[in-house]
Amino acid sequence: MHITTDFQEKDIVYGGDKHLDAAMRELKGLFPLANGIGVLSECPVGLIGDDIEAVSRNVSKDLEIPVVPVRCEGFRGVSQSLGHHIANDTIRDYVLGKGGKLDESTPYDVNLVGDYNIGGDGWSSRKILEEMGLRVIAQWTGDASVNEMKIASKAKLNLIHCYRSMNYICRHMEEEYGIPWHEFNFFGPTKIYESIRKIAELFDEKIQENAEKVIEKYKPMMDAVIEEYRPRLEGKTVLLFVGGLRPRHTVGAYEDLGMEVVGTGYEFGHNDDYKRTYPVMPEGAIVMDDATSYELEEFTYRLRPDMIGSGIKEKYNYHKMGVPFRQMHSWDYSGPYHGFDGFPVFARDMDMTVNSPTWDLIRRKR
Amino acid sequence: MKVLDHNELFKHPEYIEQFENKKKFEDMASSEKVKEVAEWTKTEEYKELNFARKHVKINPVKACQPLGALLCAGGFEATLPFVQGAQGCAAYFRSHLARHFKEPSTAVSTSMTEDAAVFGGMNNMLEGLENAYTLYKPEMFAVFTTCMAEVIGDDLGAYVRSARGKGAIPDDLPVPFAHTPSFVGSHVTGYDNMMKSILSTLTEGKKGEPNGKLNVIMGFDTYTGNYREMKRILDIMGVKHTILANISDTYDSPNTGKYKMYPGGTPLADAADSANAIGTVALQKSSTHKTIEFIKSEWVQKTATVIPIGIRNTDKFFDEVSKITGKSIPKEIEDERGRAVDAMIDSHPYVHGKRFALTGDPDLLLGLISFVMEMGGYPTHIICTNGDKKFKEEAQELLSESPFGIHGQVYTNKDMWHLRSLMFTDPVDLLIGNSYAKFLWRDVGTPLVRIGFPLFDRHHLHRYPIIGYQGVLNLVNWIVNTVLDELDRESMYTSSFDVIR
Repeated sequence: MHITTDFQEKDIVYGGDKHLDAAMRELKGLFPLANGIGVLSECPVGLIGDDIEAVSRNVSKDLEIPVVPVRCEGFRGVSQSLGHHIANDTIRDYVLGKGGKLDESTPYDVNLVGDYNIGGDGWSSRKILEEMGLRVIAQWTGDASVNEMKIASKAKLNLIHCYRSMNYICRHMEEEYGIPWHEFNFFGPTKIYESIRKIAELFDEKIQENAEKVIEKYKPMMDAVIEEYRPRLEGKTVLLFVGGLRPRHTVGAYEDLGMEVVGTGYEFGHNDDYKRTYPVMPEGAIVMDDATSYELEEFTYRLRPDMIGSGIKEKYNYHKMGVPFRQMHSWDYSGPYHGFDGFPVFARDMDMTVNSPTWDLIRRKR
Repeated sequence: MKVLDHNELFKHPEYIEQFENKKKFEDMASSEKVKEVAEWTKTEEYKELNFARKHVKINPVKACQPLGALLCAGGFEATLPFVQGAQGCAAYFRSHLARHFKEPSTAVSTSMTEDAAVFGGMNNMLEGLENAYTLYKPEMFAVFTTCMAEVIGDDLGAYVRSARGKGAIPDDLPVPFAHTPSFVGSHVTGYDNMMKSILSTLTEGKKGEPNGKLNVIMGFDTYTGNYREMKRILDIMGVKHTILANISDTYDSPNTGKYKMYPGGTPLADAADSANAIGTVALQKSSTHKTIEFIKSEWVQKTATVIPIGIRNTDKFFDEVSKITGKSIPKEIEDERGRAVDAMIDSHPYVHGKRFALTGDPDLLLGLISFVMEMGGYPTHIICTNGDKKFKEEAQELLSESPFGIHGQVYTNKDMWHLRSLMFTDPVDLLIGNSYAKFLWRDVGTPLVRIGFPLFDRHHLHRYPIIGYQGVLNLVNWIVNTVLDELDRESMYTSSFDVIR
């Protein structure tokens, strides 16, 4: 759903605060079951100095639901990364730890953080954690609810997938509530096994036993996927240019299929992302930061990868170049790619990308 | 190996159980309560509440000015669309067009941030022009703005002069610019502003001998098939012409294994010579107001605006072209007309008397209202978020001219959430709209015919023309076969399920 105050010139001239106030009251009338409202500001709002915080405070008081003003004007910062940080901070200030309903606590309560549930990624990840005997009390922010974000401060551990976008809230919960956080990787069996075992180490023997059982349960299925797809993908090279965790987290999954990531890059990475990236890359791989489309093309010509994983704005350029391409932000409307249930989908999709007969039609047979 | 992706995977019992268990952490309203409220949203009472809102739009059917400017800019040869503003906007325009056309969508942005908010966007523009020129060697920049540049009051003309003065770009490189704030008008306005700027820049000092050609301005038209169809029919008529903002190759280029940044567009020389045409035909009003005014006053040309959607409108189009060019309508075109009418007659029993909800851009709606009435359908709920007063009057007049217009109500400045209320309280048989209308299809159950922009969830529809007599065939095809698909689904286990329709 798209909900907007649809700013017009008069809002720019006279300010949009009253307009926003009235809009939220109308919305609560039309959607009485809403548990909260997020106000996301675009450039004009910040430039003309509208006070969305004050409006949100008033409306929140009257409507008795959280109203979260997110100062995410497009001109702030150099990329969407600052938007993540700002959103983390506002959730910290307006939602986290502010009441919420949680009937009981257990030693196994965890939050699944930094999973955006693309193609159901969050669900296939949650499934593993639950099978290990952990209790996911909050899932952020794919398929999250206001209550989950409130009660997250009661968890015993934060399990974070996308470090880039949500390390801020984890660090805050560590400082404020003493909740430790742990990074993991649920792409591809090698990393999943490794992650499951490391997560289990943070809990008791029961969880550790469960972890081994889970691995034992899914290993045959993972082996079957590899047996089916690896012969068709062995030795194929991949160039990635994406965001968040994918430039590094997917490398292991490609390697499980016998593929080699010869280059990877972040649209909005920070130093700490690159520190986490170098160790997982094979010798001689290229690492790019904020590449322009010009640069990405140049890398493609020089590296000659068998496939590229990037976004919608790149996709059709590479189709025209005849370079197999997969959207690795949206999973090209497929997914999930996370977890045991995600790996077969990942393998199938990479296979259809690299081995589609359509690429061979571009040039006539001689 | 049978692989289950999200389409099937999450229907499995283990996931159903997961979702059920997750609910205890969500503290949401009970499913009975949700159901109760959902039912309430379908009532007359809710409709009144919904129509009383003044301050918020829910699923509006419009995009913003710079998106229209980008489409227009992309229709000119070797032109680099240049966004003066924050970067996220440019990413949105490009993504939106790429998703619709399934083609590359090119633009550069000056990526304005906090410092530009304080000091203005001049440095961004100077460096941007210099960098983009060095890397991408365009023959023209088409500059347009986002909200940010407009709110801080960037002086584009001065910046371009300054860029030339500093040698950032060659003196003779055309750099038309348009102010396209998103808080004024919609994508059709932005298209108009960009077009006027490009034409006035390219034709400056070019007024000379008449070239005997006809200009055709397509307007914010996202059917690449329409551009090819226009060329085809004018070629058949023997009318030499210039299609202005010809996006057909830009957004539908052949796959040769080589990516071309500038795969087509109206040649700049032709655009410059458009001032010397014998006349200009525009196929949309809302996206050409200012441009047509400019052409009338500056080029002193005959102009006509006609939307060739449906039989009568297409007749009008050929009459206008004939009047301006003196060319007669060839038999080949008359035969096409005959075939299109024949198709409508063959299919009319399945469309006659059907009530339609329609949503989209103003000119598309005017064309579709006319076509639906020609088929014997009743345009009923007509929602045009970006329609103005003039559009409303014109649509109402159009409806009043046919007995099939009697149920028609035109709503401007309303959105798809309004339409949802209308479709629940006063149901119709068919819905025409863009891909976002599929949520209405899901909620209300009314079959959807996808016509308009954007079309994200069905492939290749935009490659087929909806204008001219060939366009009529496509419209008949999509509409009648949607009705027939639905008829089969509805009659699946009855004796009415038949092989002949």
